[in-house]
Amino acid sequence: MNIQKTNGRGVIEIVDLVVDEFHAKKEELIPMLMKINQTIGYIPNEAFDRLSTRIRVPKSQIYSVATFYHMISTKPVGRHVIKFCESAPCHVAGGYEVWKTVLKELGIQPGDTSEDGKWTLMTTSCLGVCAVGPVMMIDDDIYGNLTPDQVPGILGKYE
Amino acid sequence: MQILESLKAELKKNGLEEEVNILDSPRIGMCEKGPEILVYPEGLHYINLSLEDIPLLVQEQFLKGRPIEKWLAPAKAEKVTELREPTPREVRVVLRNSGKIDPENIEDYIAENGYEALAKVLTEYTPDEVIDIIKRSGLRGRGGAGFSTALKWAITRDSVGDIKYVVCNADEGDPGAFMNRSVLEGEPHAVLEGMIIAAYAIGAQQGYIYCRAEYPIAIRTLNIAINQARSLGLLGEKIFGTDFSFDLEVRQGAGAFVCGEETALIASIEGRRGEPRPRPPFPSVKGLFGKPTNINNVETYANVPQIILRGPEWFAEMGTEKSKGTKTFALAGDVKNTGLIEVPFGITLREIIFDVGGGIKNDLAFKAVQTGGPMGGCLPASALDLPVDYEKLTEAGSIMGSGGMVVMDEETCMVDIARFFMEFIQDESCGKCVPCRVGTKRMLEILTRICDGNGREGDIELLEALSKEIRQDSLCGLGQGAPNPVVSTLKHFRHEYEAHIYDKQCPAKVCRALIRYEIDPEKCVGCTLCARNCPVNCISGEVKKTHVIDPDICIRCGICKQVCNYEAVLVL
Repeated sequence: MNIQKTNGRGVIEIVDLVVDEFHAKKEELIPMLMKINQTIGYIPNEAFDRLSTRIRVPKSQIYSVATFYHMISTKPVGRHVIKFCESAPCHVAGGYEVWKTVLKELGIQPGDTSEDGKWTLMTTSCLGVCAVGPVMMIDDDIYGNLTPDQVPGILGKYE
Repeated sequence: MQILESLKAELKKNGLEEEVNILDSPRIGMCEKGPEILVYPEGLHYINLSLEDIPLLVQEQFLKGRPIEKWLAPAKAEKVTELREPTPREVRVVLRNSGKIDPENIEDYIAENGYEALAKVLTEYTPDEVIDIIKRSGLRGRGGAGFSTALKWAITRDSVGDIKYVVCNADEGDPGAFMNRSVLEGEPHAVLEGMIIAAYAIGAQQGYIYCRAEYPIAIRTLNIAINQARSLGLLGEKIFGTDFSFDLEVRQGAGAFVCGEETALIASIEGRRGEPRPRPPFPSVKGLFGKPTNINNVETYANVPQIILRGPEWFAEMGTEKSKGTKTFALAGDVKNTGLIEVPFGITLREIIFDVGGGIKNDLAFKAVQTGGPMGGCLPASALDLPVDYEKLTEAGSIMGSGGMVVMDEETCMVDIARFFMEFIQDESCGKCVPCRVGTKRMLEILTRICDGNGREGDIELLEALSKEIRQDSLCGLGQGAPNPVVSTLKHFRHEYEAHIYDKQCPAKVCRALIRYEIDPEKCVGCTLCARNCPVNCISGEVKKTHVIDPDICIRCGICKQVCNYEAVLVL
């Protein structure tokens, strides 16, 4: 868990804060999961338990919702998350060559987290900035017009 | 922020505060090259600015009118301009204010006659009259299916229910489509105004904008816009002092393409898995929380205020017999001017790609254009003179879709493209119904083996049979449209499939298993550059003598071809 983002708060405390913010409304389940995911980086098992008790929805149902959406993770992620756009406009603009370079540089497969806990590599659906493809997103930064030789320099900027 | 302050101070010092209007734009497009400033009307784009640069910038650019070349974004960065000055063939209705007004300031929108249409509707027209105006305009759903907007509103209005909802579908998931994002980030109030008018027409009290989470800036801009509209009494209780009350909320997605399908979208707003359900009942009758719900696309709503203000006749004058008005498209791929365009219906694909889009990059030949997103189709050069409207595109084997347009040049392999789209659809299939879940997987397997050089006799026929069944038996639009990329490429580029399967050749020289690299002994000068760069050391030869590639070791990475200065490396 990323201690900095959570300010040292425990999972239960974080879930409670989020549930209160959304007034424990069942129909706000997805925004709640997104918020917990943003804070902790993923949804740990104990968060499912707490959420289930608080909003009175079976854990199985919450789990089925969480695993349905790409942006909600049930596995811990690294300090930096790379989302590489795998959409057609980026592909046509030379995305595959860039993608290969990213795979080579990181030495991990999509969906995996590097052993040192620094990187998680994911593919993403279209980010909607197709005019500057190929595109990847690292944390909240978008990089466009990528070429394979830019990749090491960009990755090197992250600690 | 310091730069903004400094810029203001310097302008004032030079007595230019009246001449230069500063707009605090949320994002110009090249966040990695910030801080940046765009100067209009010149359209100059300064990047990497620092505080110390500002005095000189003001001196040269604004006082003397001399651009500082070395601080301008490089020519390559020119391409990032999503919205250019319109070409003569373009007509801006939905995008008329994008990039020109400050989206975070409601006053800017009001200055452009914003919310005037709403005032007119609430004080002068009955709900039925509003629906009649929309009907006379001929407006059809911009989300892709092209259903009559007036009819949808009328059905929702006539459905029995104490509570009704209006929903805006801002889950623009088609790869290569970013028209809605641009409207939401550029002129969010137009969408809000359209939704409020729709709510009045159908009798709704509550609305939702379902926006995909991949668009954080759009979500932020929308929330700002909603708060501003609320504070001016344009949302909430008794709007404009009438008895009409309506409020809006933004709901964000969490990354699921299928949520763009209306019944899946409803499930997602309700906090459930975004899985579609069979229709009927249509959402107009039984939608969100079981109540009658009107769902339209961002662009549909954004058209509404203009139709009210300028009259349905003005709108109906543009376009073809059955498709009225304008349509935004996102041009992407191998076209020179990528970005957003807005054109009247009836324009030909040739005009879009060559006049508006500037033609094909690197002076290569045009091969195909993919319209309508992943469930759309690829159209060949013979379709270039097709007038673009809902019916014509469907007849040609593609669809209008939401407006993504991916242009492909002669170096694109159509089987590879079909495989690529199938991979996307297979991945995004929600898994609820078997034809889509299993069928797309099987189709992807067949396409992959064809690209890998293992295509078998009968594969084409198998693809055709699967396409037919998936199309007929799937639950929602995603499944029904899933075979489209394959069906359309088979229709127009069947010979490429046949070349892959029977001749074991990739005519576009893309599929690695089907190509080999060779060195032309006539052209090779023996410079050894290729051999030194080969990652698997499969090139042999002495200095100043012809080199040879060992095809058994070669991994077909193409580096030798890239580095050769004599064009001696051939792809066969």
